[in-house]
Amino acid sequence: MSKEAILGAIRRGLKRGPLPADQRAMLEGRLATHPRHLIPARSRVGRPEQIALFIRNVEKEFGTVARVPNFAAIPQAVADYLAAQNLPARFAMAPHPELKRIKWADHPMLEVETRKGEPTDLVSLQHGYAGVAETGTLMLPSDPHRPTTLNLLPDTEMVVLRASRVVGAYEEAWDLLRAERTDKQTGGFMPRNIMWVTGPSRSADIEQTLELGAHGPRALHIILVDDDPAAKA
Amino acid sequence: MNSTSPQFKENARKAMADAGLQKALGTAKGAFLQRRAAAVAGLPEFEQLRNTARDIKNHTLANLDFYLEKFAENVERAGGHVHWCSTAEEARAAVLEICRKANAKTVTKGKSIISEEMGINHHLEAHGITPVETDLGEYIIQLRGEIPSHIIAPAFHLNREDWEADFRRAHTDLDPDRVFHERRDILTEARTRLRQKFLAADVGITGANFLIAETGSSVIVTNEGNGDLTQTLPRVHIALASIEKVVPTLEDATSLLRVLARSATGQDFSVYTTFSTGGRRKGDLDGPEEYHVVLLDNGRSNMMGTEFQEMLRCIRCAACMNHCPVYGTTGGHAYGWVYPGPMGSVLTPSLIGVKEAGHLPNASTFCGRCESVCPVKIPLPKLMRHWREREFERHLQPGGVRTGLGIWAWFAKRPGMYRLASRLGIGALGWLGRKKGAFKSLPLAQGWTEGRDLPVPQGRTFMDEYAKRQRNHSDSRVPRGGAGR
Repeated sequence: MSKEAILGAIRRGLKRGPLPADQRAMLEGRLATHPRHLIPARSRVGRPEQIALFIRNVEKEFGTVARVPNFAAIPQAVADYLAAQNLPARFAMAPHPELKRIKWADHPMLEVETRKGEPTDLVSLQHGYAGVAETGTLMLPSDPHRPTTLNLLPDTEMVVLRASRVVGAYEEAWDLLRAERTDKQTGGFMPRNIMWVTGPSRSADIEQTLELGAHGPRALHIILVDDDPAAKA
Repeated sequence: MNSTSPQFKENARKAMADAGLQKALGTAKGAFLQRRAAAVAGLPEFEQLRNTARDIKNHTLANLDFYLEKFAENVERAGGHVHWCSTAEEARAAVLEICRKANAKTVTKGKSIISEEMGINHHLEAHGITPVETDLGEYIIQLRGEIPSHIIAPAFHLNREDWEADFRRAHTDLDPDRVFHERRDILTEARTRLRQKFLAADVGITGANFLIAETGSSVIVTNEGNGDLTQTLPRVHIALASIEKVVPTLEDATSLLRVLARSATGQDFSVYTTFSTGGRRKGDLDGPEEYHVVLLDNGRSNMMGTEFQEMLRCIRCAACMNHCPVYGTTGGHAYGWVYPGPMGSVLTPSLIGVKEAGHLPNASTFCGRCESVCPVKIPLPKLMRHWREREFERHLQPGGVRTGLGIWAWFAKRPGMYRLASRLGIGALGWLGRKKGAFKSLPLAQGWTEGRDLPVPQGRTFMDEYAKRQRNHSDSRVPRGGAGR
């Protein structure tokens, strides 16, 4: 079988057989402790500065951010954004409990459909799991409450993110995931899919010149809910 | 895939005479350099991170068998399947079988250079399955029936005029007189066209930038979102990866990601970095039901334990080719196989043989820029030199080259003779060209004079001049005063 042939050739090259038990145990230990390496100093700042760094980096990558004081303020922020972009007040929303709890019915001008993304969608509203200040990156894991298609098919993606979920470095976001998730089906913490998203879709394939709006969303708008007292500037 | 690497010299000559190509290279090459330099300047820890990246890859390679088995075990735990393939042929067969079981008619593809190495597209077509490239650059390459000329920018060799002409030729249902006002219009046409393909596909094939042993995940890094649509919408997702893509943990992958985008496109982070682990879970509203990883060796395991093991650290950022004066002059197609530029000059002989690809490690001035920008610090010039030595040992060069090298070596080992010979040579050339100022051609040096004139030597040899200056210097040296400064 090719598996044995490949492993055999690797071992011949390394001039050894399968690893002895003590070395395997050492490597198992490294996997279990998954040590961090050097983390850039840029995100090692106070909470308000971390939030500011996150916003600055999102904007640098052509995303936009609106800060709102609480979840109740989200519908108005959504309505304002869609009106300013000249977009219809209709969107596909992730079936996440935090989004479903919002009193959308009080805002009859907004047409909300709770579902996955469809090819004809112009706008989606996703629930963000975490944000990484280091590069203005969103962490969007797939689960029944956060369909992946909402990140891909619409022309415009809006993402609700709690400020308390903005961390400095990617490693801190991995820590959240490891601590908070257990998949019943696999026993692991990884969902089927995790997208790290930094700004809207783009391509530089034509003469190495950057153009926004390749196959994914042409615009990415983050609604940042100021739920973290320590994070307020 | 068949190579034209043995014809590198003719390929390069043609490339240099190709005005369209030279225009495209001129437009493109500066952009990558400036963007990378800016991204690196923005991260003070970049140099340290290069060492970290090198060390992570070295640790992984030293335990590659362990991490590959661990990866496969965890893919299966998450409900996925791993197909171990020694050769490109086995990989093609594995992909075809998965597609057949899925009753696939069309297959969408994210950018995967491994898939070029495997020659997947021809194989699927030959068996009645239509592969559709969805990365913008790969899409036009497929329309033109070419291969990518760059590992991260497949259409590096094309100008905007080429895009417009090819789109008019291929999209015949659209108004032939439509105007492309700006590059964005080309992009929009491709987006609309490919949307339909994404939705119709039965199987999606992507590459993998990393495989993660700890979680059994494959990772893709893209800017367009085509890779994500490819791996999200169809019922079956196949990730193609070579064995050296594995890293131990998410933290290891994260550290490598910090240097990857900065080295490649000069972005701090790519737009989409996506981790796929198994198929759709209970309650998920979307995502593929099946997840397969086709794991390709194709000669890489034979590099283990040799001087070329270091090449397996490569994370395919393309910084080496972006900074290479030879690549910048000939473009990628001249190299004749899948991997161009300095990394290709080392990897290609390892994978298809030095007999076939011996010209490539010779296509270098050894200026060392490639090594100086490599995010995993691969000593590319040293490895090219190893190939030159092997080529010489195996008598693969033409007789003329061997004789010339032999004569040079005889003199090089005898410094007195070397200096005498150069003194005579310089004197003779100086006398012959005393009225000309420069030689337009010289016997035995046509390769050099073809592209430029050789200035007539002035005065004496370097060594003579140096010796003279040393003498003058010691004569004029003033004894040091007592107080000093």
